Amino acid sequence: MVNTPAEIQLKLERILPKVQKPGRYTGGELNEVVKQWDSIETHVALVFPDIYDIGMSNLGLAILYELLNQRSNTLAERAYIPWIDMEAEMRKAGIPLYSLESKQPLSAFDIVGFSLPYETTYTNVLNALDLSGIPLYSNERNITHPLIIAGGHATFNPEPMHAFIEAFVIGEGEQVIHEVIDAYQIWKRLNIPRQDLLINLSTIPGVYVPSLYQINYMQDDTVDKIEKLDDRTNMPVRKRIIPILPPPPTHFIVPNIETVHNRVPIEIMRGCTRGCRFCHAGMVSRPVRERSVSEIIQAIDDALKNTGFEEIGLLSLSSSDYTHITELVKAVTEKFCGKHLGISLPSLRIDSFSVEIMDLLKDSHHGGFTLAPEAATEHMRNIINKPVSTAQLLETTHQIYSRGWTTIKLYFMIGHPEETLDDVRAIAELCKAVLAEGHKVIGRRAKLNVGVSTFIPKPHTPFQWVSCDSVEQIQAKQGLLRQEFRHRDIKLTWTDPDVTLLEAWLSRGDRRLADVVFRAWQNGAKFDAWQDQFNFNAWTQAFADCQIEPSFYTHRTRALDEAFPWDHINTGVRKKYLLQDYLLSQDSKTRSDCRQHCYACGILPTFAEMRRANPGESWACPEVKSPSKFTVNKPY
Amino acid sequence: MRIRLTFSKIDALRYTGHLDLFRSWERTFRRSGLPLAYSQGFHPQPRLNLACALPLGFTSECEMLDAWLECNLPLQLVYQTIAGVLPPGLEIHGMDIIDDQAPALQTQVASAVYVITFLDDISDLDERVQRITSSEHLPRLRRNKSYDLRPLIEQISLIPLSIDGNRKLRIHLSARESATGRPEELLDEMGIKFETTRIHRVKIIFRS
Repeated sequence: MVNTPAEIQLKLERILPKVQKPGRYTGGELNEVVKQWDSIETHVALVFPDIYDIGMSNLGLAILYELLNQRSNTLAERAYIPWIDMEAEMRKAGIPLYSLESKQPLSAFDIVGFSLPYETTYTNVLNALDLSGIPLYSNERNITHPLIIAGGHATFNPEPMHAFIEAFVIGEGEQVIHEVIDAYQIWKRLNIPRQDLLINLSTIPGVYVPSLYQINYMQDDTVDKIEKLDDRTNMPVRKRIIPILPPPPTHFIVPNIETVHNRVPIEIMRGCTRGCRFCHAGMVSRPVRERSVSEIIQAIDDALKNTGFEEIGLLSLSSSDYTHITELVKAVTEKFCGKHLGISLPSLRIDSFSVEIMDLLKDSHHGGFTLAPEAATEHMRNIINKPVSTAQLLETTHQIYSRGWTTIKLYFMIGHPEETLDDVRAIAELCKAVLAEGHKVIGRRAKLNVGVSTFIPKPHTPFQWVSCDSVEQIQAKQGLLRQEFRHRDIKLTWTDPDVTLLEAWLSRGDRRLADVVFRAWQNGAKFDAWQDQFNFNAWTQAFADCQIEPSFYTHRTRALDEAFPWDHINTGVRKKYLLQDYLLSQDSKTRSDCRQHCYACGILPTFAEMRRANPGESWACPEVKSPSKFTVNKPY
Repeated sequence: MRIRLTFSKIDALRYTGHLDLFRSWERTFRRSGLPLAYSQGFHPQPRLNLACALPLGFTSECEMLDAWLECNLPLQLVYQTIAGVLPPGLEIHGMDIIDDQAPALQTQVASAVYVITFLDDISDLDERVQRITSSEHLPRLRRNKSYDLRPLIEQISLIPLSIDGNRKLRIHLSARESATGRPEELLDEMGIKFETTRIHRVKIIFRS
């Protein structure tokens, strides 16, 4: 293997002309940060385990990149997974995975941090380590290897990756990343054993070092007890949050080639108060914290000057719930009017208010209008706690078509708890009714795109006790939909049941799945999120090789008192609350937006000190009035 | 106001294709805050015009762009503003004001000159060049269409050995809209792999 930036660069010259989209592998974009390697104490590689085109649109890594590079003693550089053709060329030429900025091999970094946004990136993580010549299993690494860490939404159940990642950072990274770097720097200056670093890391709130915990299983393979192996480590590992959202990043790197989102992403709000029972993000990213309109406008202005992007994305889990949404949209249109700027505002509620908001964004009529009813009957929507009446949905779509949009996109899920074939048939009927509204208003120009994904009972949600539909059930439901949707103005897309199954296994997995992930990778699995690369046989073979029955993870209803493999990871939302909510769903009882009424999910007691120190509008949760137990506020 | 820029496209930007380069220029103007003109209609496009597509992987010191601004501004000011916000890999060499009615850039291109650097030692390079120059016809197939490469080659000559030790070839190829000579086709005809070379465009020649 070649190992210096100069050697890597030299070899790249010969292979880049031969691969698809070589601009993925060059770096050298506007706003990339290149520091003098030798004059910097700590070198961090931020790796997104998918291709450049996707990774470059990831906001989380953009935030960390900016924060880390603001530290004078630290540099952060990027790496992405090479596409199949490039990987083959790199392996042939002996080029290790390298950073785009200074072309350093990943093995030359002090810390390699992976973003794990979804489970189908796991085999790519192993492939990245392998391409870097870094041992895959943590216990095979030594002091000469980088520290391998990870964060992101998938790490709320870190166990399937516990054998490969030395430390997970659970929750929001803005503050804890500095604490991790500080701990690393102190350790390195002291020149003491690696184990001391791991122990120090494991005492930082929000950091999970899996090798310092022991999981005991029962006879039936469910979890018996989770024990920590060192007194000092966190137990449970409570996720990190920041009390007030910091100023958003504005120095985005401008890719030289087309990527999935060519835009300035500005997070207007974090968290969601709606409480949809299937929604992982809605449960793990509580509490709701909002940015002020003036801060958002300023950030857009700065970012546009820094990047020249022609589109901005105002991001949140539920845009219509942002308190000052009308004011924000008006301010944005006023300030940036006539600048040929596209504005996207995803995740809108199903009501006429959303249509009015989108109407204010005049240029937004170009694309379709997207709504996510998730289920087609009111009964089903009550079960999942997304209560919208069918009349309201039809009225909303009527308005959308009449205000100039010709295409509506509706997202549904099949496989919800208690769902019958009649509920699935209702999806088709509802869609036809929506299209009929369109035909009434604009005739045959009205189009409807329908995306139907399959429900996965995610950890840390009220549905974590639920069993998945069998592949046969999913196929029957999808077959029914395909049959019902033979209409030239309706386009139906659905998810491959095997992909859903894999995602379900991995998201619900325990420690025993680490060997399965490893075997699957050995069997050739990679880019599992890519339909054309997905290799289901590699996975079924891996389960067989490890003598693990995958349906254990996905196809059994759990006892209400079962200990889950992720129970030691604490999102702030209590398990008891989730259970209560699950039981409510069985009676098809809903819970309204918790901005109106606090249901005591557990966030407030968990972060009481923080809320007490930050009263007022910035959180959607009620204020904490009781006096502090501490004389000095605990610094988070 | 219509301006014409001459610029280099180098470094990492050589792997940015024609459409993406167009986008890079749009973003450069957007960063500058200059009033770039847009076309009318449902999908307004920036009024930018590139002379001649540069194949992926090539570098150049002679690219040209026409841009329309919504109002008249001092050229010096426009130049400085743009030069201050260029992305890595783009460098401007010149800027002129052009008559708004002047014909579109791409219709005026007649031919282009390239310098090919050979990264590997090719012992019989002279013979290979000789074979090209002495041929009357070089029939080739591109995208299932047969054509003769020879008349598209206006000039081809080896450059005396340079300091870096690599052999270099200067080629002058036709670049009219229906008759474009491609350096990579010529290399293939000579039995040389594209990835073992560096190709740099040094001049675009316009119709007189």
